[in-house]
Amino acid sequence: MDFPEELKYTEEHEWVMIEDDVITVGITDFAQDQLGDVVFVELPEEGDELEAGKSFGVVESVKAVSDVYAPVSGEVVEVNDELPDEPELLNNSPYEDGWMIRIKVADTSDLDGLMDAEAYQEFIEKE
Amino acid sequence: MRYLPHTEVEVRQMLERIGVKEIDELFSGIPESCRLSRPLNLPEAKSEAEVMAQLRALAGKNSKVFTWDSFLGGGAYHHFIPAVIDHLISRSEFYTAYTPYQPEISQGTLQAIFEFQTMICQLTGMDVANASMYDGASACAEAVLLAVRAAKKRRRVLLSRGLNPQYRETVATYCRYVDVELVEVPLVDGVTDMAALETLLDDQTAAVAVGYPNYLGRVEDLAKLADIAHAAGARLIAAVAEPLALGLFKSPGELGADVVVGEGQSFGLPLSYGGPGVGFFAVRKQDMRVLPGRLVGETVDLDGKRGFVLTLATREQHIRREKATSNICSNQGLNTLIVGIYLALHGKQGLKRLAEINYSKAAYAREQIAALEGFEIAHSGECFNEFVVLCPEPVAELKTRLETLEILPGIALGRDYPELERGLLVCVTEQNSREQIDRLVAALAGGEA
Amino acid sequence: MSGTEGRGLVLDEKLLFEQSQPGRVGYSLTGLDVPEAQPDSRLVRKEITDFPELSEIDVVRHYTRLSTWNYGVDSGFYPLGSCTMKYNPKVNEVAARLPGFADIHPQTPEALNQGALELMYNLQQDLAEISGFPAVTLQPAAGAQGEFVGILMIRAWHEANGRKPTKVIIPDTAHGTNPASAALCGYDVVTVASDGLLSKDAVAAVMDNDVAALMVTNPNTLGLFESDIREICDLVHERGGLVYADGANLNALMGISRPGDLGIDVMHFNLHKTFSTPHGGGGPGSGPVGVAEKLIPFMPKPIVIKDEEGYKLDYERPESIGRVKSFYGHFSIMVRAYTYILAMGGEGLRRATEMAVLNANYVRARLEGEYDLPYKQRSLHEVVFSEAALANDCHTLDVAKRLIDYGYHPPTIYFPLVVRGALMIEPTESESMQILDEFCDALLAIAEEAKTAPEKLRMAPVRAKVRRLDEATAARKPKLRWEREDA
Repeated sequence: MDFPEELKYTEEHEWVMIEDDVITVGITDFAQDQLGDVVFVELPEEGDELEAGKSFGVVESVKAVSDVYAPVSGEVVEVNDELPDEPELLNNSPYEDGWMIRIKVADTSDLDGLMDAEAYQEFIEKE
Repeated sequence: MRYLPHTEVEVRQMLERIGVKEIDELFSGIPESCRLSRPLNLPEAKSEAEVMAQLRALAGKNSKVFTWDSFLGGGAYHHFIPAVIDHLISRSEFYTAYTPYQPEISQGTLQAIFEFQTMICQLTGMDVANASMYDGASACAEAVLLAVRAAKKRRRVLLSRGLNPQYRETVATYCRYVDVELVEVPLVDGVTDMAALETLLDDQTAAVAVGYPNYLGRVEDLAKLADIAHAAGARLIAAVAEPLALGLFKSPGELGADVVVGEGQSFGLPLSYGGPGVGFFAVRKQDMRVLPGRLVGETVDLDGKRGFVLTLATREQHIRREKATSNICSNQGLNTLIVGIYLALHGKQGLKRLAEINYSKAAYAREQIAALEGFEIAHSGECFNEFVVLCPEPVAELKTRLETLEILPGIALGRDYPELERGLLVCVTEQNSREQIDRLVAALAGGEA
Repeated sequence: MSGTEGRGLVLDEKLLFEQSQPGRVGYSLTGLDVPEAQPDSRLVRKEITDFPELSEIDVVRHYTRLSTWNYGVDSGFYPLGSCTMKYNPKVNEVAARLPGFADIHPQTPEALNQGALELMYNLQQDLAEISGFPAVTLQPAAGAQGEFVGILMIRAWHEANGRKPTKVIIPDTAHGTNPASAALCGYDVVTVASDGLLSKDAVAAVMDNDVAALMVTNPNTLGLFESDIREICDLVHERGGLVYADGANLNALMGISRPGDLGIDVMHFNLHKTFSTPHGGGGPGSGPVGVAEKLIPFMPKPIVIKDEEGYKLDYERPESIGRVKSFYGHFSIMVRAYTYILAMGGEGLRRATEMAVLNANYVRARLEGEYDLPYKQRSLHEVVFSEAALANDCHTLDVAKRLIDYGYHPPTIYFPLVVRGALMIEPTESESMQILDEFCDALLAIAEEAKTAPEKLRMAPVRAKVRRLDEATAARKPKLRWEREDA
């Protein structure tokens, strides 16, 4: 399983790529592996305001449903339009083509609590 | 006992293998304080012959629609059932199987449901139909819940007074503790009052539900109702209690309905004192993922061969639990099979012709009764196989009078529609011969003398 | 019947629509004996596009062939845990088809259907005696609707007493219908962990005055009797709550223990499980509900009562929650269940329970050691193994699919959720020792195959109509109806 060093991670098994005050969010390799074949993805719309810790979308496999939670508060500035038609991107390319949304972060200090790759790996081993 | 295969010797051997001496020890997990200390107070076991004798005696105390002249409808319809149906559904591979959890050994059930879903779509003019609900009433209640779920913040649902009263009661029960406001839309000439509907609609209204045909037998102007509902951003739910009407009249889908639910009993199910029936539930593509109930979909197996599976299961209770689209965890399996067989037998031409026959018979009866002195047909517009007669004498007395002649003339409407206190809902199907209709008319007239 | 050798003839069959021929008919309608009438042509539909056109023999062959791809209780052993796939006596079917039951219209005056009402009344009484509840409603269409009715009554009772609790407690072993039914009544669900059995302490820890009800399955989905049930009921009652029992597993208790005597306030029955009515490929079932004295006023209406004039449908129930379906319930299913109770008698029902429990324990004794048994307490009518002991990373799904090649319907799998890779076996009382031995031999052979030839499990089944199906594609690109290719 792959956990790129340049990304940050959450306890809800999302990855976050930080570029100034805009972040890109997706689910980790571990999350997609646990879910199995992803068959459906529900995403917010551009312009939606997200609240940290609240669900912003849903990922479904054949036999499981999982909410996806906003790692920070902020506004959705871009949504991956490919995903609804090709949910398998989450399985095949969780960190690249399978990105979910970009958020303009309201308060960058929200980002302080995120784990780095090593900490995340330790976290999932304990879980 | 004939259903229990165990011999005493086998019971001993099994106990020994388990490592206990007596059967009672197997129940040691049940504390003494939780045990029943006496035998069940039920009669002794009976032979098959004794059982059948007792049941025949009970069955003999009921009036049957074949031995009496019955003009009863009101949500349950007396239609002829082809012999093929009982023959096929008696194949135990169908009726002793359960839910197709293991698709590899359930392809029979799965393909039959896929075909059922297809025929319901064709009949209703909709995109997606589920594998069935309990009955028309509960399907209607689930349709209201779907509309509220899909409309997100809108919490108001308008129910036409023409919607089957039992459906309305069921909707009310299902919504009892859900945040939904139910408002009744009055009738004019037996159909939904459009002007009243326009006033009652607002930006909080999630849906409008009407019967098609409605409980009073009237064929509602669905196209106009759909326009009015859509103008306010609400969904139109059409509830079809007599689906044979769809063999003749335009489909609700064609007329703009967003959700079509109904009762499939007319398609080959025995009346069985009102149950079990089979509810159908069809929507447009946009609502596919908020549908309640099971869905069967087509796919391929490892060799690329066509096969069918239960699909989109993440909507359902066994996965989403308290967030599921419904708590339903079954469908009316065997009854969807009946409907499938019935529709396959009647097909494109047969269903249309049968509907025309029903229409013509009812039209004849309506004309004959209208000509009787003192009797009046309550509404002027189009009906299918049911209509309301206003009687010159109290309906209860009229019914009692005709029952002595072994005629069940219809349903007294006073309890559900006080404004139609003299109203009798008469249903005429292909099962009623002209002779029977003439006898009914003569018997009604006899009341004048 | 065991073993993977053997031959069968599995034929393909097109969909109805693919066989359709314009102009072909399979119906016979009696000629019209009244003048032809036509509605306003603007209301009349055009022909139903692509609706099938078939002859009677086409239809008969079609469905007969479909039936051969199915596996039913009459085909062989069907140990689907929690579903109680017992034998469906044939006399039940004959009884339900008697014209005096099948051909009665629900709108007929009650005085003319005294036999039907008497049967319903007797069934209400019999179920009350079996369960220990003073009253039973037959209206709910299935177990899940019974649950819904039960929780509705609980909420109505609270409100009649001026109470507005907001939560329902449900153990983690429960069926998914439990939380879904509670949510439909506007309650928040609190899940409580159980360690095989629900303990008083676990309930006490989440119990407060805001709890409307505890929903419990007894015996639970691990086949274990909740031995603290009396104390748990007391605890819930002390804080003003009520206790709902999911009666899915009543087959373990008939004549042995009555839920109504234990402090439980409301319970649903599954006539299609405990009382031998056929499962019909997914329904129709029937889910009557028994209630304690205090909930009687809230029962759905109508219910069947008896007075000096005879049997009646009672609608005068001002505190009733109303109705949840048309008419009076699944009458023809009631006829079947009543037929079964008559045939079995009180002693016979107890014997059925004893043999069901004996069978489950026998399977357990034969498989324990080879298959991992996560909960070791004395189990009743079903036994739950896990995939933990399987070699070569074989999973429960593989065992299930391989069982198909051996000629069996697989057990319930991946439920209850508290067991990882659960394999839930409920043999019922209908099976003899020989059948159980052959089945256990098959499972032991499969465990051995997992060690020596795991690909046999992973590629299974190979003897069914189809091989494993691509469920991911079915869900990603849903195709839920047939459509003409060239359309």
